[in-house]
Amino acid sequence: MNVNLVKEFMAIVGRELVFADEAERQAYSYDAAVLTPQVPALVVMPETHEQLGKTIKLAYENGLPITVRGAGSNLSGAVIPSSADTVVILTSRLNKIIEINEEDLYAVVEPGVITSVFAEAVSSRGLFYPPDPGSQTVSTLGGNVALNAGGLRGLKYGVTKDYLMGMEFFDYNGDLIKTGSRTVKCVTGYNLSGMMLGSEGTLGIFSQIILKLVPPPKASKALMAVYDDISDASETVAAIIAAHILPCTLEILDRKCLTYIEAHTRAGLPVEAAAILLIEVDGSHIQAVEEDACKVMELCKKCGSKDIRTAKDADEKNRLWEARRNALPALARARPTTVLEDATVPRSKVPAMVAAVNRIAQKYNLEIGTFGHAGDGNLHPTILCDRRNKEEFKRVEDAVDEIFDAALNLQGTLSGEHGIGMAKAKWMEKETNRATINFSKNLRLALDPKYLFNAGKKIL
Amino acid sequence: MNGKTKKRTSLPQLTKQLMAIDDRLAGCMHCGLCQAVCPVYGVTLKEADVSRGKIVLLENLAYELLKDADGVGEKLDRCLLCGSCRSNCPSGVDTVEIFLHARRLITDYRGLGKIKKTVFRFILPHPGLMSFFVAFSGRFQRFFRRKANKSMGTFEFPILRPFAGKRHFQPLATKSFSAEYGKINTSAGKSGIKVAFFPGCVPDKLFVRIAQASMKAFEKNGVGVFMPGSLVCCGIPNLVSGDYVSFKRLVKTNLGLLKKAEFDYLVSPCATCVSSIKENWFRYRDDFTDDERRQIEEIHGKAMDITAFLIDVLNVEFKTSGSETCKRRVTYHDSCHLKKTLGIYAQPRNILKNLSGLEFVEMPEADRCCGSGGSFTLTQHKLANQIGQRKRNCVVSINPDIVAAACPACMLQLMDMLSQNGDSVEVKHVVELYADSLGR
Ligand SMILES: Cc1cc2nc3c(=O)[nH]c(=O)nc-3n(C[C@H](O)[C@H](O)[C@H](O)COP(=O)(O)OP(=O)(O)OC[C@H]3O[C@@H](n4cnc5c(N)ncnc54)[C@H](O)[C@@H]3O)c2cc1C
Ligand code: SF4
Ligand code: SF4
Repeated sequence: MNVNLVKEFMAIVGRELVFADEAERQAYSYDAAVLTPQVPALVVMPETHEQLGKTIKLAYENGLPITVRGAGSNLSGAVIPSSADTVVILTSRLNKIIEINEEDLYAVVEPGVITSVFAEAVSSRGLFYPPDPGSQTVSTLGGNVALNAGGLRGLKYGVTKDYLMGMEFFDYNGDLIKTGSRTVKCVTGYNLSGMMLGSEGTLGIFSQIILKLVPPPKASKALMAVYDDISDASETVAAIIAAHILPCTLEILDRKCLTYIEAHTRAGLPVEAAAILLIEVDGSHIQAVEEDACKVMELCKKCGSKDIRTAKDADEKNRLWEARRNALPALARARPTTVLEDATVPRSKVPAMVAAVNRIAQKYNLEIGTFGHAGDGNLHPTILCDRRNKEEFKRVEDAVDEIFDAALNLQGTLSGEHGIGMAKAKWMEKETNRATINFSKNLRLALDPKYLFNAGKKIL
Repeated sequence: MNGKTKKRTSLPQLTKQLMAIDDRLAGCMHCGLCQAVCPVYGVTLKEADVSRGKIVLLENLAYELLKDADGVGEKLDRCLLCGSCRSNCPSGVDTVEIFLHARRLITDYRGLGKIKKTVFRFILPHPGLMSFFVAFSGRFQRFFRRKANKSMGTFEFPILRPFAGKRHFQPLATKSFSAEYGKINTSAGKSGIKVAFFPGCVPDKLFVRIAQASMKAFEKNGVGVFMPGSLVCCGIPNLVSGDYVSFKRLVKTNLGLLKKAEFDYLVSPCATCVSSIKENWFRYRDDFTDDERRQIEEIHGKAMDITAFLIDVLNVEFKTSGSETCKRRVTYHDSCHLKKTLGIYAQPRNILKNLSGLEFVEMPEADRCCGSGGSFTLTQHKLANQIGQRKRNCVVSINPDIVAAACPACMLQLMDMLSQNGDSVEVKHVVELYADSLGR
């Protein structure tokens, strides 16, 4: 990049927070998706809102593509620069928790605050911020909002969307836009936060986010149910919801996945089973929670589970969850490359989706373990491979395409929580239609006339 | 940079060597979860400072997507090799092994700096020389030092600034432990156990009181001790700087000395030494002679940290006096080498919780790296200070009288950080507190 321009960026944030050298820039060419990297031209790390606004303005005026990056933990290539002239803007130093309001149950944060750091700060004040993506120890709240991240607690507590009350963001001019408020109700102006939610860095850059907080549950109870037939597990899920019980988590692990976990942990998991469900109910009264747990157990039994294990105390609960916690580590260790997919279907279609995944695995001769949020129909078929093996990786790509097809055929969606990014942009029209793509494009061009905000992502 | 020796490998050679470890690099799935625990990333928030970044840079170097090997070398230097990322990695990537190996390759490419070369190749392998330096600086240090923190008894050494910045040290001992004790060879007492004592450089030369406390613990428990007079450094500073040649020489010297007597365990109060002996000597065992390899394998099974030895082997009992009126608050810092490499975290706590006169309190982030990493503290002192400041804040947040650790390298860092901040918290080795409880 032109030296004078680099100097102008340095004048905004200081010499130390502009990275121009090759090695440093290469570290911003990738994210957690298994895709081809692209090295940016420059990386800028603003420390204040003012610096952020000026950085955007300068880049935009000079016609440079802009990719804003949080922790870079997304799985859809959402922060891989689109071209070699891209400026990557980092939010990691915009990481202050500005306010946690215990009376009015909200918090105001900067976008670079790490999810679990925030959740702990909230918890230390006796409150609860439920969205807990598996990457929460590193992911940023800005990234969570821009991808509408979910997590294990989606069924009962919802996803990031359900906690977004308002925000401030910069448009392409570097002007600050304010939307939403600290109030539970707010109909002032357009719901711009709703528009920015899940926008994947394509419409503007958040500088401040207002999030809703809730009182924490006081009691919880966990159990594990083992199934010989995966349809029984799915029936259980339907039965639980039909009985008007909303577990806070309802996770499924398929046989393949159990086999890998057992090989890794030797914890004595039922590897013969077709699937297991891990269920946790919570609430504010211990007695009510116990009752719910009993009812859930009955339903598990009724739907065909012969082996149900409950946790009596925190230690035992921890052990029950061990299997779920080890799902990714076990799968990830089996082969060099781990492709984490995100196909999501209506709850009742979970068995059909798992069957489809297994069929696809066989067809392409691939190892795929599936776990996921059964209560949300959000599955993570995880393909184990070696990206360096071109022939094998071609099969992986074909299999991924077919998994999308299968999900769409079951009236599901391309992505439940990982986002569209670069990985799935070409599929958007298939799930929606041409008019939807055109509408989205028009919206995008109205807010970003030069098409510089995270080009090549989300909408093509 | 000046003071570099001639380049030894060419860039194409380096590329080829890195390609040979491509399998290990490919194990990283780029999830980024290492950001949560990396102490360096914790202060800089730069991707090139976290394992994921460094692994990608090495890959790019291997695949010739990057030519700037010196730049990658600089990034690799900004790492404590603390292993925090390794123990947290869902993919089980042995980052420490990768970084050690890569440093060795890159050092072969760009050469070792002059200062490091003198220290590693000349001073560390010669215990006599090292002790001479200690004796010399110990005796004359009053001319060079400035009192830093009265209540902690630490000093700053302006003369050492080029190496150590304005770090606060405890005064050097006038006589090293090994110089004072010479060779030790006592037979097993009531425990029936005999240990080889590996004091480690810092307890031998700086915190002699740790080595003395260890001896007292052995003696009171009827443990026989073998210590050849002139053990040299375990080799970790050399290895982490990529100087494999001198690492190997040190290991060989130590092996020769340790061959001279039989022992059941090799015990050290230095977590870094234990992990170096158990992990690094063992890792490179195939580069030694058959006899040496066998000896390394045997020692691998016998090497033990002193807190684990006290609890797991000796099963020491604690006197309960129960009725102290004022207990001193003690907290514990987990050394990375102890918890993350050796899996030892319960034993030191067990000791501290059982010592009378102490009230044990857990500090926040007890197992977060303190920023002390041998030469890291010397070459990256600004980073080391920033990392240490976070640790210091955690320590003082619970207002303890004493912070205990089981690694002298961490103790140096803790002492420095607390002293720089003007705090009055005592820094003690767990074995010192244990020895104090044994009476005279
Ligand atoms: C092991 C693992 C487990 C995961 N588990 C889950 C899970 O359970 N649920 C889930 O939903 N996801 C999960 N993810 C995916 C990912 O972690 C989340 O999507 C997370 O929200 C990404 O946050 P980030 O800070 O890493 O954002 P990044 O990856 O840096 O960026 C993500 C997107 O946000 C945009 N962005 C970032 N900051 C801003 C800003 N200030 N303004 C505007 N746009 C911005 C970026 O441009 C990009 O489009 C997982 C990932 C991994 C590696
Ligand atoms: S945690 Fe492990 S797999 Fe994930 S990026 Fe770091 S080193 Fe790679
Ligand atoms: S070894 Fe420690 S300092 Fe080095 S990358 Fe891993 S966590 Fe960071």
